[in-house]
Amino acid sequence: MNKSIYVALKWVLIVVALVFVFWLAAQLAMQGAWLAVTLTAFVGLCILLIYSTKRAVPMKYLFPGILALLGLQIWPMLLTISIAFTNYGNGHLGTQEEARNQIVANSVQEVPGSPRYKASVAVKSGQPKATGPLKLLLTSPEGKTYVGDPKEGLSELPEGDVTKSTIGKITAAKGYDVLNAREINARGKDLGELAVPTDDGGGIKMVGLSEAFVGKATVTYDAAKDTLYSEVTKKTYAPKNAFYTATDGSGDTFSQGWRENVGLANFKTIFTDPTFRSGFFKIFVWNVVFALGTVLLTFILGMLIALLFNHPRLKGKGIYRSLLILPYAIPAFVTALLWKGMFNQDYGLINQTLHLGTDWLGNPWAAKAAVLITNLWLGFPYMFLVCTGALQSIPGDVQEAARIDGANAMQTLRKITMPLLLVAVGPLLIASYGFNFNNFSLIYLLTEGGPFTGGNATIGDTDLLITLAYRLAFSGANPSYGLASAVSIVIFALVAIMSLPGFRATKALEEIN
Amino acid sequence: MSIPGTGAPAPVPVTPDAPQQLTESRAGGAGGGSMWWRHALGILALVWALFPIMFLLSAALNPSGQLNSSSLFPTDFSMANFQSLSQDPGRPYWTWYKNSLVICLSGALLSMFIASLAAYAFSRLRFAGRRPGLLALLLLQLFPAVLALVAMYITFSRIGDVLPAFGLNTTMGLILAYMGGAMGSNVWLLKGYFDTIPKEMDEAAIVDGASHARIFFTMTLRLVGPILVTVFMLGFVGLFSEFMLASVFLTDVDQQTLGVGLWGLSRGIDANQRFGFFAAGSLLCSLPVMILYLAFQKQLVGGLTQGSVK
Repeated sequence: MNKSIYVALKWVLIVVALVFVFWLAAQLAMQGAWLAVTLTAFVGLCILLIYSTKRAVPMKYLFPGILALLGLQIWPMLLTISIAFTNYGNGHLGTQEEARNQIVANSVQEVPGSPRYKASVAVKSGQPKATGPLKLLLTSPEGKTYVGDPKEGLSELPEGDVTKSTIGKITAAKGYDVLNAREINARGKDLGELAVPTDDGGGIKMVGLSEAFVGKATVTYDAAKDTLYSEVTKKTYAPKNAFYTATDGSGDTFSQGWRENVGLANFKTIFTDPTFRSGFFKIFVWNVVFALGTVLLTFILGMLIALLFNHPRLKGKGIYRSLLILPYAIPAFVTALLWKGMFNQDYGLINQTLHLGTDWLGNPWAAKAAVLITNLWLGFPYMFLVCTGALQSIPGDVQEAARIDGANAMQTLRKITMPLLLVAVGPLLIASYGFNFNNFSLIYLLTEGGPFTGGNATIGDTDLLITLAYRLAFSGANPSYGLASAVSIVIFALVAIMSLPGFRATKALEEIN
Repeated sequence: MSIPGTGAPAPVPVTPDAPQQLTESRAGGAGGGSMWWRHALGILALVWALFPIMFLLSAALNPSGQLNSSSLFPTDFSMANFQSLSQDPGRPYWTWYKNSLVICLSGALLSMFIASLAAYAFSRLRFAGRRPGLLALLLLQLFPAVLALVAMYITFSRIGDVLPAFGLNTTMGLILAYMGGAMGSNVWLLKGYFDTIPKEMDEAAIVDGASHARIFFTMTLRLVGPILVTVFMLGFVGLFSEFMLASVFLTDVDQQTLGVGLWGLSRGIDANQRFGFFAAGSLLCSLPVMILYLAFQKQLVGGLTQGSVK
């Protein structure tokens, strides 16, 4: 009887999972993402096959992990590689067709006497109002309600899903968050470029805060030649470098570009662009110095403290150890931000106590020192702990034998203790190097890669490769996912080359049983 | 992926008694005359380790709450900074706290569960592709998860178009993104421990008519309790400190975690005026992790030395 409860539970779980998968597939189908629908259906089929039968027992245990691995580790990896060969980024987010529709819709000018819609601005529920893609919620003069998307155009909103004000403006709609006047103002720039294409080649644009006009496009598309013609500038524009560029040689372009394959261009930029070529090498050298310096400093300090306390007759070791691991127990972001405060030039604890005027975070060399000092404080307890563990596992009789053979304390340390210690903690040192090579949060929270000296806004003096990639993708003036992904791949190549010897030496590879 | 605590593999099989290597050693005896210099240097080490924490405490108690009036030792005693934590709707500290706890607890639990399922298969079951699977897990760790940040961002922005609850700027989305780290070196850590549990116990249970699921859930999981605690702790502490993915994903101030929120605080032009807020907030968010560390010192140290770094 007991068993049947579990069987029932199993089937309830399978059904719940399948219902979720089905619902997900339906959602995806509504968006027209057919590849994703196929994948989802496949996952659903796998769930049914694996968990409903008595076969494939190992798969029952491995399936969740495999799903996580494929979806969240392998897929991002492959996507990174594919993005690295494109110009994906700010101004190059969509397809060429989307960019073209945008340009045409954007060029609309109001025809005198044409009808005006009541309009409000919204984002899809769940999207941030400050950055999410904008939609227009429109009420036609006849009172019909629509949602307008700059890519997909107009689609009807069911009457029951919207709440309208007395003048007919939509104030709330199911599935959308309406922006208030202040939030609309903050998105002014995006809104200026927002135009909803209509079926007849025109477009809808906002005027003011609550109205939109339907206008006629001044730019026309010639599908046969793949060119655009503007009645305003009287120029013809043809695709060039993922932009529609004027054919008269003036170099005029429309700001809406599209995403396209650029081959090795991103890698070429990294290795030949003057800013990058020198900067990349500089960052790489500092990156290695930072990782190596951190490992050496933390290891030496941690080992010295471990040797200090590695004495059988010393009292209070437990208290010492509990207090010494506190820096390691504090979350890393607190450590970085705390030291950032302590390194403040004018009011920070360091300068106040030592009566210095050092611009810790503004001087290239001082900033490097500050980063290393902070990481030493953060990391030495770990080395102290692992060295203590390793020292205690060294058998006492080896040291005793050395003493009997006439070795003094120093000789015992150098010839016996140290080699045994290094064997034990060696892999951990390599792992620590690997981790610190990409220690994003420390650098980013402490210095944000800066200071940026010599008028160079791309390459900071404490930048690691990973902080450079982050800035290229998310916080620069002109974010480029493609370039950032290319930098990521170069980092991966460097890390792989550096860690292969260590990896091959790892015994574990031979000992799988 | 992106769990700093599990970033690098050093796959050493763990034995159940590994943590005991670090227990207090050997005979006590009377402290000899040569001990004083060890204590002197030890106290020096303590000063180095503790002065920033002292400063943080003193700044948190500083009534003016500004950086320029904060000193190493408290000169005055006030709870004003702690009260200010709940007073500014633009900086919802307790919401950050709640977000962090929800994300880290569920993230650590889920990834521990996924990893122990996989470790059970790798340790107990025999199937084609077992060895290559284990090797592949190890090799995948070569690709640092942080490098796929852009791809993760794009992927989750797409997911958000279809399933807003799992998109960018959501708690669930971030938890899901953290699941990429579930199959990391933790599987090796767990498998090593699973291997130390005698197979005869499984065989006896099978003879008694127990199914594999029953063996796993009612027997094996209980026997590997200590390593589950370790893996959970490492996961929790790692996620608690995770900043990169969280900072890219969570843009709304009400969705942010402690790390992202406190970072935003330190960036404003009024950062120095808000140092007291930061210090009080930092102290309160460090406490749970510090308490975990002190309470589970042995398990954590055992786990740390077996294959992960901070």
